[in-house]
Formats: sequence, structure tokens, C-alpha cells
Amino acid sequence: MDEYDQARYAGEDAHEPLLSEKGETTVAVEDTPLPEELTRDSVTLPSPSEPEIAEHYVRLSQMNYGVDTGPYPLGSCTMKYNPRFTEDVAAHPDAAVHPDRSDESVQGTLALLHALQDSLARIGGMDAVTLQPPAGAAGEFAGIAIAKAYHEANGEGQRHEVVVPDSAHGTNFATAAMAGYDVVSLPSGEDGRVDLDALEAAVGEETAALMLTNPNTLGLFERDIEAVADVVHDSGGLLYYDGANLNALLGRARPGDMGFDVMHFNVHKTFATPHGGGGPGAGPVGVTADLADFLPSPQVREGEDGDYERVTPANSIGKVHGQLGNWLVLVKAYAYLLRLGDAGLRDASGKAVLNANYLAEQVPYDVPYGPFHHEFVASAGEQDAADVAKRMLDYAVHPPTTKWPETVEEALMTEPTEAEGLRGLDQLAAAFERAAADDDAALANAPEKTAARRIDQTSAARDLRLSWHALDDDSDA
Amino acid sequence: MSGTPYAPHTDADVEAMLDVVGADSIDDLFDIPESVWFDGAFGIDEHTEREARREVEGTLARNADLTEFLGRGHYAHYVPSVVDDLSGRSEFLTSYTQYQPEVTQGFLQALFEYQSLLVELTGLGVANCSMYDAATALGEAALLAARVRETTGDTVVVPDGLRAERESVLRNYVAGADLDVESVPMADGTLDVPALRELVDDDTVLVYAESPTTRGAIEASLAEIADVAHEHDALFCLGSDPVALSLLQRPADVGADVVVGDASVLGLGTAYGMGLGLFACREAYVRQVPGRLVGASTDAAGKRAYTLTLQTREQHIRRERATSNICTNQAWLALRAAIHAAWLGPDGLVDLAERMVELPRDLASRLDAITGVRAPVHDRHHFREFVAHTDQPAGAVAEALEAEGFAVHVVGGHEVQVCVTDANDAHVEEFVAAFEEAA
Repeated sequence: MDEYDQARYAGEDAHEPLLSEKGETTVAVEDTPLPEELTRDSVTLPSPSEPEIAEHYVRLSQMNYGVDTGPYPLGSCTMKYNPRFTEDVAAHPDAAVHPDRSDESVQGTLALLHALQDSLARIGGMDAVTLQPPAGAAGEFAGIAIAKAYHEANGEGQRHEVVVPDSAHGTNFATAAMAGYDVVSLPSGEDGRVDLDALEAAVGEETAALMLTNPNTLGLFERDIEAVADVVHDSGGLLYYDGANLNALLGRARPGDMGFDVMHFNVHKTFATPHGGGGPGAGPVGVTADLADFLPSPQVREGEDGDYERVTPANSIGKVHGQLGNWLVLVKAYAYLLRLGDAGLRDASGKAVLNANYLAEQVPYDVPYGPFHHEFVASAGEQDAADVAKRMLDYAVHPPTTKWPETVEEALMTEPTEAEGLRGLDQLAAAFERAAADDDAALANAPEKTAARRIDQTSAARDLRLSWHALDDDSDA
Repeated sequence: MSGTPYAPHTDADVEAMLDVVGADSIDDLFDIPESVWFDGAFGIDEHTEREARREVEGTLARNADLTEFLGRGHYAHYVPSVVDDLSGRSEFLTSYTQYQPEVTQGFLQALFEYQSLLVELTGLGVANCSMYDAATALGEAALLAARVRETTGDTVVVPDGLRAERESVLRNYVAGADLDVESVPMADGTLDVPALRELVDDDTVLVYAESPTTRGAIEASLAEIADVAHEHDALFCLGSDPVALSLLQRPADVGADVVVGDASVLGLGTAYGMGLGLFACREAYVRQVPGRLVGASTDAAGKRAYTLTLQTREQHIRRERATSNICTNQAWLALRAAIHAAWLGPDGLVDLAERMVELPRDLASRLDAITGVRAPVHDRHHFREFVAHTDQPAGAVAEALEAEGFAVHVVGGHEVQVCVTDANDAHVEEFVAAFEEAA
């Protein structure tokens, strides 16, 4: 196809050339204020005009699906509506300060961080919070590093295992391994929850922590959570809370009250800060008083004079981010908290759970386990869940998370969140029903109504083309 | 208001939905034992949108109004309006990671273009579509080096003058892999190469150097540093940023195996230390790369299409054998950097980089003319910033400058560090005048 012989609308079969295909310029690097041996020879990059840039990115945005485009029930990812005003607030010039300024000159920034630390501590039922981790997985890493430092300080450095349920997020396994732990996978019980006997068998003197999501990824609350906490604590291990599903509990239960010692928050999920196509997020970590001395440096504290200061906890693990993490995301999260307040937070989790239960009633697939909180996992059974998802794209919704957790056959993990109203839920239900009624050929050929048709993943991985430089001999383009 | 303003339900909707699910109330849907049911309050008052905005902006207004001459890894450049406007389109902002590529071609293509920009600037074959910041990118580089090195080793060598924050993150990242971090001295603002030669041995997995260095000096010995690393089968990792890379020696030409740094110099600015971790490496290591990679492929109609690729390296597939635990990254900031770079074009990037050599050179000579000040301290070419010696204690000079509305770094008993870019150069006259008073 001639790249310029394209539709002017970014609908079906939309195509937008790369900027490099619209023209590249080579600039020779010469006559610089530096000696030649310190400089490169040339730079070759596209040099579009501003109108061309505007057109390019507007077209790309039209070829992209976001929460504002339609329902986005991506299980375990909690994709909910992002208020507009939080963007304005974060863009305020007073927010754009350098991290090396003196404490005295950034009292506003430190006051906001301190207030957010406090609010998150109360929401999680924790004693202290660090805002430093720049994402959920980074929060996991900070939390596990804190747990490790705690055990080592107590002369328990022999604890070299972290226990993770088989249905947990992949980050839990990767984080534990990155922190140098051996990962022990815990099989789920028949009801989809932690099996206490299996847990007893898995933990012992070598256990550093159990990492748990509650409600878990099947949307099930771990009803025996206090017994789980007792088993872990009796073994000398710590209980880690993965905050990915905290949206289901806001104002109704707190990880700290359930016996968790350390947790992370996914503020970009729970507190409606936009995910930006893959980040930035923020993954603050809360801990009980026993672990507070190990938090990353710095912490924001309120001094006796009412001024805020950055301090290093006594046994700090050091740092997990070059500065205090993703500051602008934290500003948005704080503004969101103020907007909702206690009642709004509680209402958000209530409606998220109502929506999941309502939608679970409508889907034409088997939905094992229950009762559900904010998400449920349907089984596509004889159908291929990935194909079902592709077909749902044709019905103008974003599909659920597919093929995970592996404990459910052809899993469709669905989380509508509170931001979906009845109309959106019914639209989702209709998309499920139409896909369920489609034959195998229709599923295999889906999607048909999107910017791109089904994409060849195998050749993408086998014949790697990771930049426009690798497309030079790409005659298909 | 009695609930979230961001749920569309009417009371009648809620009643109808409760009927469908067979529950009397929303609370009945919660399967939480009474013993852990929370009945307390967080004490967070609800606000109208206007009140919430006023509260946050009022809090931020407590920040002093300072003109920053601060750098050391966090830099502000002028960000053109198209960056805010285009990246702010909600189809970009409110989307998730591209697990369904057929409906996220726009973001995937933008990330592919971002990767391409870094491939051009570094000369290396592969760039990922972001890490959290320069510090975490360095941590990942060390872990990659330990994985790809043919023989075992357990040491990462970094410059003595490395930002303490970056070194602390690095130490946390490599602790789980049982690697140690050793420091090599600096000499006159850049790496002491003879000392490096002494330090590096067969236990070294990675040698890290920066250009410009933490003290703003352009490193002149990159190729030699790379040779020292390679003689011992260690990887050479260069820390830099996309503006500096537009002018300075191309990393691939001096033997860099990995390039890390902060790309937030394009499209973002200082943002209280929020970053955009840059990560590029030689193509041979592609299967060991941390984080997300966007690749070009074809769709069922034979048309070019983009998708996340080599996902079997990643945590959601490979779990504890993943190359990294990173999942959420800084994708939206990568989009912003790509738009900013497109707006500058190669001419604009090189021009900007050249000004980053000229501005500190001019400012240093202005400060050098002040009695009691010597600048730059290092007999080097500088980029964006330099160190100045003050006969007065540096802390007192910085305090006096802050009282006049200017922020600088204190980097020694009698040393301040000064950064000047297109974001603050309009204030150079007042700054020099204030410096004259303070020193």
C-alpha cells in the first residue's frame, strides 16, 4: 500500500506512516564549541513541522483505546475513570520543582507528601508509609527489601524463601527472585483460596514472607485471612499485601487489621490516576511500626515547629528510586483522595463490587467460585479465551484479561470498576454474549473492525524489528 | 455529596442491580468476616472539585519562588506546548499497557518511535520503552551484565562522584544477585583512568561511567574506559541523556555495551525528581533486556503493525525467571519525550546541545571574574553545569543566594555547583549580581 494512499480517518484499517517515513534529515555535527574528538559525526532523525507533528499524534491517539474510549474491564488492572481536574492540579507551576532544593524552600511539596503518607497509612491500617516506589512492582521490591532487612537485623538471615500463591501476579514471583529469594509456589485450594494445610506445609524457619492479594485475583476474599496471618507469623515470617485489588476494600477492611505487616498501594489503580499507556504509576509502601525504621530514605516528617523535613529512618534500606518517586502521580492521587473523602472511597468500592457481581450474572460463560468482590474470572470453556477477547474488540469494548490465572480454563478475568454505569455493563454483557455465540471461524478471524487485524506475534519475536532503522528493507511497509 | 462523583449509577440503578444479584444492600455483597470489618473513619473530608483544587494548589503555593540553577542529574529545558497538548489526549493518557495491540496501535507506534530515537542517539541496536529513572536503569544494567557475562564475577565499578542516590538504588538492585559495588576515584571532574585500570579485574561484571559527569564535565576517556572493561570481559555502561547524546560521542563508537540515563530532559523537566529511565544495549543482549519492547510485525491483512514483543522475558509470563520485575513503567513520559524530540528535530537537538556547552562556559567566566570565586574548578569542557570554588564557605554562599531567590548545589566546603539551561538563562544577569553579593 502506498503510505500516502490512506484513509483520512483513523477507523478500520487506519494507518499512519512513521515520522521517519515522512522524511529524515541528517545533520552533520561540526563547528561545535567542543573539540572534534568529543563529538559525534552526525545525527539522522525526522524533522517534521509542528503541523505535521500535531497531525501525526492526533492520528495515533485516534488509533488508541483508553478508558474514555469505552469499557475497559481489564481484570486486576483496575482501569477506572480519571478525573480531569487532577491533571490541571499536577500541571501547576508550583509542582515543578527540583528535588535538590532545600527543605525550607519546598514546604508545599513536603506538606503534600506528608499528608498523603498519613492518608494512605490510615486507609491501609498501617503505621508508616513511603511514597518513593515509582510503580506497584517497585513497591513490592521495596517491601520485600524491608522484610529482608528486618529479618537480617533480627539475626534471621537464614530465611531465604518467599511463598507466593499460584494465582498471584507475576510481579510477586519476579520481585522475590530479584531480591535474592527462592520462590515457593503455593497451590490454591479447591475453593480458589489459600489452602491452610498447604500453607502450613509451605512455611517454616526458612520463610521470609507470604505475598498475598486480598481479594485474590479470582475476586475472592480470603475469609481465613486471620488464620493465614497466624500460620505465617507463627513460622516467624511476615505477611505481605499486594495492593492491586485494594479498590475492592476501601473503607470496609484494612490490610493492617487483617494481620498484614507490609503492603504496597497501586495509586494509579485504586486512586484513579491515569495509567498513561503503561505508566507512570506509583507504588507507596505501608508498614507496621516494627518495620518503620527500615523504610527507604528519605521519609517526610513534620518537625516540632510544624515545618516538614526529609529524614532518613534509623535502619533504612536506602533507596529504590533516585528521588522520591513519581511525584506528579502522587499529586494526582492526593487530589483524588480529597475529592472523594471517606464516604466517596467507601462508595467507590461498593459500586465496584456491585458492578462485578451484576456483570458476573450476565455473562454467558461459567463463572466458577464466588462470591465475588471487584472482579470475577469466567471460563470460556471450549472457546479460546484470546480469540474471544479479539472478537470482543469488534463489539467496541476492551476485553478482559485473558488466560490468567491459569487455575481457570480459558480464563476471562473481568473487572468493570465503579466507573462503569448500567449502560456500559450491558454493553459489555452484550459483547460477551455475541462472542460466545460466534463460531470458531469468526473468532479466529477477529478482530475485523480495528485499526490493525490480528497481529502475528510469532514473527514479531522471531524477526525482531525494534526501531525504524530495522525497517529499511521492509518492502511490505 | 454522599459518594464518589465518578460512578454513573442512579439510586434506581443500584436498586435494580441489587435485585439482579439477589442482595438487599451493597454491604451484603462483601464477603468479609466481621472480625476484620472496618467501621472506623480515615478522617479524609470530601471536597468539591473546586475545594480540592484550592486545597492542593494552596499547599503547593507554600513552595518558595526560587529560580533554580540546580542540576546534578535533573534538568529543565523548555517544553513546547504541543507536548502537553498531544500527550494529554485522553486516548493516550487513559489507556493501559498494550495487551490488545489491535486497538492500541497508536501508543505502540509512538513507543516504537521513541525506541528508534534512542537507537539513533546511542548507536546501539536495542532500546526499551522505559525504566523508572536513571538510577533504576543503572540497577537493571548491572543485573543484565551479571546475566550475560560468560564467566562469574561479582563487582560493579562506579565513579566515586556518582550521585549518592543512584549508588544507593544500585546497591539495592544488585544485593539479591550478590553483587558488590566498588568506587573508582575521580580526577579533575572525570574518571581517574589509571585508578580504574588498577581496580578492574576479572571479578568485574560492569564498569559504569557518565558523560557529562555528576560535576558537569564531559568525559574525554570513554573509549579507554571501555577498553579497560572489555579487557576483563566486563560490560561498559555509559550514563548520559538524549540532549547530551545529540552532540557528544556516539556511545556505540566508544565501545558502550549499555547506555542508561534519564530521558526526562525531553518533555518533562525536573518534576521533583520524577524520571524517565533510558535503557539501550547491544543487540546481542536483546533477550536479556529488562522491561517492555515494541516490535514491528504484520497483521492478518499483511499490513505493518506494532506489538509488544519478547514478552517471554517479562514477569507476567516468566514469573521468577523474568529479566526484571518491572511492569508499569514510564510509557506516557516516553511519548512526551518522543514528541519533544520530533519538535526539535536533529537540528534543534544539536543546537540545544551546543548551547548547553556555551551557556555554562559563559556563566563560568562571568563568575570567575568575581573576586573570591574561581570557575570552573575543573579544567574540562562542561555540559549544562560546572563547579565553582568560593573563598567563602559554600553553605553560606548558597544561603545568601537563596535569600536572593536563587538555588544552587553545595558540593564541597568551598564548592557550589551551578547549572544553566534554556530554562533559566534569562535570569543569568540577576544571578551573577546576586553571586557577586553572596561571594
